[in-house]
Amino acid sequence: MSALIEIRGVTKTYRRGGETIEVLHGVDLDIPRGDFLALMGPSGSGKTTLLNLIGGLDTPTSGMIAVDGERIDQLSSGDLSRWRAANVGFVFQFYNLLPVLSAQRNVELPLLLTSLSAAERRRHAEIALTLVGLRERARHKPKELSGGQEQRVAIARAIVSDPTLLVCDEPTGDLDRATAHEIMLLLQMLNREHGKTIVMVTHDPKAAEYARRALHLDKGTLTSVDGAGVA
Amino acid sequence: MKFLPLLWAQLFRRKTRTVLTLLSVLVAFLLFGLLQAVQVAFESGADAADAKRLLTTARYSIIEPLPMAYGSRIERVPGVVAVANADWFGAKYQNESNAFPVFAVDPARYLDMYPEFTISSAHREAFVKTRTGAIAGRRLVDRYGWTVGQKLPIASEIHTKTDGSLNWEFDLVGVFDAEDPAVRGNTDVVLINVAYFDEARQFGRGKTGWYIVRVADSEQAKIISADIDRQFMNSPDETKTQPEKEFAIGFAKQIGDIGALVTRILLAVFFTILILTGNTMAQSIRERVPELAILKTLGFSDGTVTVLVLGEALLLLLLGGGVGMVAAVSLMPMLNGATGGRFPPLFVAGETWLLAVGIALALALVIGLPPALRVRRLRIVDALAGHR
Repeated sequence: MSALIEIRGVTKTYRRGGETIEVLHGVDLDIPRGDFLALMGPSGSGKTTLLNLIGGLDTPTSGMIAVDGERIDQLSSGDLSRWRAANVGFVFQFYNLLPVLSAQRNVELPLLLTSLSAAERRRHAEIALTLVGLRERARHKPKELSGGQEQRVAIARAIVSDPTLLVCDEPTGDLDRATAHEIMLLLQMLNREHGKTIVMVTHDPKAAEYARRALHLDKGTLTSVDGAGVA
Repeated sequence: MKFLPLLWAQLFRRKTRTVLTLLSVLVAFLLFGLLQAVQVAFESGADAADAKRLLTTARYSIIEPLPMAYGSRIERVPGVVAVANADWFGAKYQNESNAFPVFAVDPARYLDMYPEFTISSAHREAFVKTRTGAIAGRRLVDRYGWTVGQKLPIASEIHTKTDGSLNWEFDLVGVFDAEDPAVRGNTDVVLINVAYFDEARQFGRGKTGWYIVRVADSEQAKIISADIDRQFMNSPDETKTQPEKEFAIGFAKQIGDIGALVTRILLAVFFTILILTGNTMAQSIRERVPELAILKTLGFSDGTVTVLVLGEALLLLLLGGGVGMVAAVSLMPMLNGATGGRFPPLFVAGETWLLAVGIALALALVIGLPPALRVRRLRIVDALAGHR
């Protein structure tokens, strides 16, 4: 598999009060196209920071990040927004759906930034909701759904614009074991059957088992590489 | 337009708060519509004024009469193309509360002077030919249920007949009206034939209240006004001539500077709305910082989220303001009915609608800009930090 994501010598520092804290120390990493990578590590190890950089939510202090050959560390804020809209789908621990919108409208949100007509947006959202098994709950608001269903809607929102890359931050962190299993199977299906490259941050070794491989971060440095997960 | 469902849903996130805010905006714009209507009504005389018409009154008081002989002398002043005169009758109909203006006029000259009044040729002809004839404005006719052909008994507060009586009787021979709502306020009047009135009155014969003068060129109005007044300088009946608009504004200001009063009230109202709605918007945006960060995460640019927040403020103002203005328009027939036609007709002018839209836009900008800029500066990772 060719490298979809190339990360070279990436550092990230934050200023807290008068102190400068380096969260990532010269990370080098290649993520092949079609990979399903679990990033693991203790709290404060920098895994979410690395995920944010890969997803274009933040920019590195130094180093290079290229996704599909494009240097996203050099993009302006506006260009990075457009890049995210076209290339990345996001899944969060707490789903982060807009509570005032129905599942259907939530899924349509990324498509508002495209030139698709209202009918086309609706059709795309229906397809995404069907894929995650929630077609019949399209009109329900988030508060009318269970946690697992909310996460499925969030996944539908992440894939509706058919991005190359899915970035998942603790996608099962708020779910019970059985529901977490369903969500991980769904992500695995998206990786294996639809070719989505997935980078997932998780604390949960069980969740990491669904990935093709896992990387460990400790104090801002990649420390070990595990082989492919189960299944 | 594709963002409208999102804006709508966000606006009504907390229904009670939004409805209460909308109500306050609605009341503000309702008040705006009503007060503007009152102001427009007060200024309708000035608005309806013709730049080519001058008013000549006695120099020191408009209640002092002027000799009727002045008419032909004014007519000879260079630049003057027509002259009409009118006299105040001071009328009551049936009882004290039914008071309306009655002017004694030369029918043909007066109607020629005011082409904005609409009257059928048959009614005009009848008025010109009937010495005891009178015509009345449409609103007065409707208010009192008069019909053309009936006798019109009117008591004067000023003019006695030769027999010493204050009770006069005229023949209602016609009805006049105006298409322009601003002019219609000037039709709440009865016009009587000065030939009969002057002959039948006990005192003041040969005198009239004021002259209306039409000039060929409005640019020359000031010069011609001075020329007219110079004609009668140092005579027992000196004159004061001024453009009709100036006269109307001066007359309205005798009641009070309605425009300034209305402006001050509305400033206070909109300042209150600014504070109230601004606070509500700021609070609403503060509550939704994580949601707005999600929009940014999904690829909504800084500019797009800024426009969304401004759009929400605009939607709030246009919705509340629009309903408020429609409510003001809906109340007009009731208010016009309640005044019994003693006040110029109230209506929401086109300019008032434009002004309302302008105010809504300006308020939306002032209210929406601070939270919009805050959202624009929002860093996604910071906003999501506690909400993953």
